[in-house]
Amino acid sequence: MGSIRADGIQSGRLAPSEYEANFSDIHAPLSKHEAFVESERCYFCHDAPCQTACPTSIDIPLFIREISTGNDIGAAKTILNANIMGGMCARVCPTETLCEEACVREHAEGKPVKIGLLQRHATDALMASGKQPFKRAPSTGKKIAVIGGGPAGLACAHKLSELGNAVTLFESKDKLGGLNEYGIAAYKSTHDFAQCEVDFILSLGGIEVKTKHALGCNLDIASLRKEFDAVFVGVGLSGVNKLGLEGEANLEGVVDAVKYIAELRQAKDLSALPVGRNVVVIGGGMTAIDAAVQSKKLGAETVTVVYRRGQSEMKASAYEQEIAQTNGVTIKTFAQPAALVSENGKVSAVRFDETTISAGRLTPTGGHYTLPADMVLTAIGQLFVPDGLGGADALALEGGRIKVDAERRTSVKGIWAGGDCIAGGQDLTVAAVEDGKQAALSIHHALNR
Amino acid sequence: MADLRSNFLGIKSPNPFWLASAPPTDRETNVVRAFKAGWGGVVWKTLGDGDPIVNVSGPRYGAIHSSDRRLIGLNNVELITDRPLELNLQEIKKVKREWSDRAVVVSLMVPCEEKNWADILKRVEETECDGVELNFGCPHGMSERGMGAAVGQVPEYIEMVTRWCKKHTRMPVIVKLTPNITDIRFPARAAHNGGADAVSLINTITSIMTVDLDQMSPWPVIDGQGTHGGYCGPAVKPIALNMVSQIGRDPETRNLPISAIGGVTTWKDAADYIAMGAGNVQVCTAAMTYGFKIVEEMISGLSNFMDEKGYETIDDFRGLALPKFAEWQHLNLNYVVKASIDQDLCISCGRCHQVCEDTSHQAITNMVDGKRKFEVKDEECVGCNLCAIVCPIQDCITMVHQTKGTDPRTGFAYDRPYANWTTHPNNPGAHSAE
Repeated sequence: MGSIRADGIQSGRLAPSEYEANFSDIHAPLSKHEAFVESERCYFCHDAPCQTACPTSIDIPLFIREISTGNDIGAAKTILNANIMGGMCARVCPTETLCEEACVREHAEGKPVKIGLLQRHATDALMASGKQPFKRAPSTGKKIAVIGGGPAGLACAHKLSELGNAVTLFESKDKLGGLNEYGIAAYKSTHDFAQCEVDFILSLGGIEVKTKHALGCNLDIASLRKEFDAVFVGVGLSGVNKLGLEGEANLEGVVDAVKYIAELRQAKDLSALPVGRNVVVIGGGMTAIDAAVQSKKLGAETVTVVYRRGQSEMKASAYEQEIAQTNGVTIKTFAQPAALVSENGKVSAVRFDETTISAGRLTPTGGHYTLPADMVLTAIGQLFVPDGLGGADALALEGGRIKVDAERRTSVKGIWAGGDCIAGGQDLTVAAVEDGKQAALSIHHALNR
Repeated sequence: MADLRSNFLGIKSPNPFWLASAPPTDRETNVVRAFKAGWGGVVWKTLGDGDPIVNVSGPRYGAIHSSDRRLIGLNNVELITDRPLELNLQEIKKVKREWSDRAVVVSLMVPCEEKNWADILKRVEETECDGVELNFGCPHGMSERGMGAAVGQVPEYIEMVTRWCKKHTRMPVIVKLTPNITDIRFPARAAHNGGADAVSLINTITSIMTVDLDQMSPWPVIDGQGTHGGYCGPAVKPIALNMVSQIGRDPETRNLPISAIGGVTTWKDAADYIAMGAGNVQVCTAAMTYGFKIVEEMISGLSNFMDEKGYETIDDFRGLALPKFAEWQHLNLNYVVKASIDQDLCISCGRCHQVCEDTSHQAITNMVDGKRKFEVKDEECVGCNLCAIVCPIQDCITMVHQTKGTDPRTGFAYDRPYANWTTHPNNPGAHSAE
């Protein structure tokens, strides 16, 4: 049995009840009464700024009004019509930088309508009711291959099936859901919500699922193009950026944060999951914050996020940074890792160079400091790996990701793409859902003229 | 999926939500916008004959807000259309032709002469609209000229004009009633006797919204003066709902179709009216508060309600609540409820105790074992519902039907059989009937 102060990487640092409390729902759902009171705050704005701010253009004023009139199921339909993953987005969307930032009550009072929580209230009601609000259109006779069972692929598959097309959904891992299942902090998606949502989406019918099918292994795009009328690629980002420091690959305790979060999400028993006493997280995005907060919640004594630029440049929103800080994570800025210090093949500290912005460029100041660390989580960005997409018909890339047009068509006829693997994306669940939806509409239109 | 299609007097519309004759239906632009938004029909803003009337150029509307500035009641001093008759007729014809699946009914108000009615009906018929609504309700401006409510307040006039209209047109005739009377059944019977195909109600209620205490004038103030206007919006719905039910229950008018008007703001309001016998509903204030898009909520909500209850069409639940209306003397005096406070939901504001203590039956504690706590004293509770109504938390206080044991307040068993006032020993009428 470990404890918070036990050195090295240890499991079971906390009491069982502490794990349960730490990984419970970060935002408790609204009670019926709270939902009514909150829904009454919506002004039903004209050309509502919240709706414009939503990447999937959910009719927010309408669904909130439906909640206020006791019609939660109707509200859920309004949401899911625009965003089939409205339930997950209600949990993980950075609403503070999207709909809620745009809410006119944010401008008026600094207190936006709690759109995310209201969205969760409605979608939870529908999920609890067990109702299937969608009906498939008559069969078009068209077959589409969707590669990648994350938010983009699932949204694309659902819309295509709803429109009457037959979909085969290929997923490299054991489970569907993508980052909803393998990424995202556990306390944002409790009670196995990701799989409940996947089940809900698949219950529409018309989607054949093939897991453990990966491009570049047992799938190749050329034969898929022959077998199917269209192909959608939503494979996400399977690579990660490296620090480029000696020992990164072989020192014990240096861990890819994406992998660590996936392991945590799949863990049946969190107390069996080892975590360091002093954890250093390198990076400034959502992955860094999620990894840091969860390390702290697993019982690490000190967790420090180190980012090379300032807090305002971090990709994690101010709100997410605040969650980290209120959970006891220290955020240090303007420092970049210079060396991993080790003892007996294990990492023991990280040496940082202090930085500053000089003439618009990140520049070392000459200052240094060293943070003790028995665990280093690297979260400096993910990479698109174009495995299995090569050959003569290679898809055009832009900035290392797949280039698409407004309808999510790639440079190759018959292939569409969406989600994190395309260029210009926001790397958000909600953006991936929109990609999948738009691609599905475009595919359907192209195949059924 | 519920079928919301409506057939009112043979006038078909994709849903039972019509816009009432009012500013939102003043012109083609608005009506087309409304149809695009999904409204099932409109009653075109009232046409008159002769030179167009003139409206004030000062404020036309006044309102009552709740403390969070939600609009509860609206009043207006706008008159019938101030646009030329010919222009309105052209637009009506065009709109009906382009939106043939929607209901287009035209509201009319002309002086009380048969020729005036015959003439305008002939012209309106040429638009190929679906029917006419006789505006016997407008309480301001027109009534002083012997029209609107001035007709609607005299049953004999209603009957006479309705008869003229039925004589001079093949179109369905809906008579719009004013609530500014003592008993709505009399004007409804008059319309029925005159041959009306339906009545619509209520028109607006004569009202003064408030006084501007700085200018010492009724508000809204028009150059130092104010006048009474027509009151509408959510606040008037209970009055209208009662009147709709009165007409539906009256043996003389029980089969007279009703288009219900008054404070329809959500699907629930519409369902209430339909359950009380209305064939469809007309809406104005909700559209004037939130815009035409509001109909989407009404359609979605009504459809969801019908799906949940298993009603396939509007007629499946129309009038179902009407037989449940009983005169007070027939209510069950042996039916006992007691308030029950959910201590987990209670936030200890004490409002239930305060109102019960001050204004009811001293049936709620404020202290139990020296601690602030609010509990119902069954031996004092008469089941009046006031505590549940003032409680700020939904479902925290509920009224629970008592079926087992003895009422500590009265000493009577809870399960006594139905008995009402007509046979009660304290009723002198009950004795004399023996």
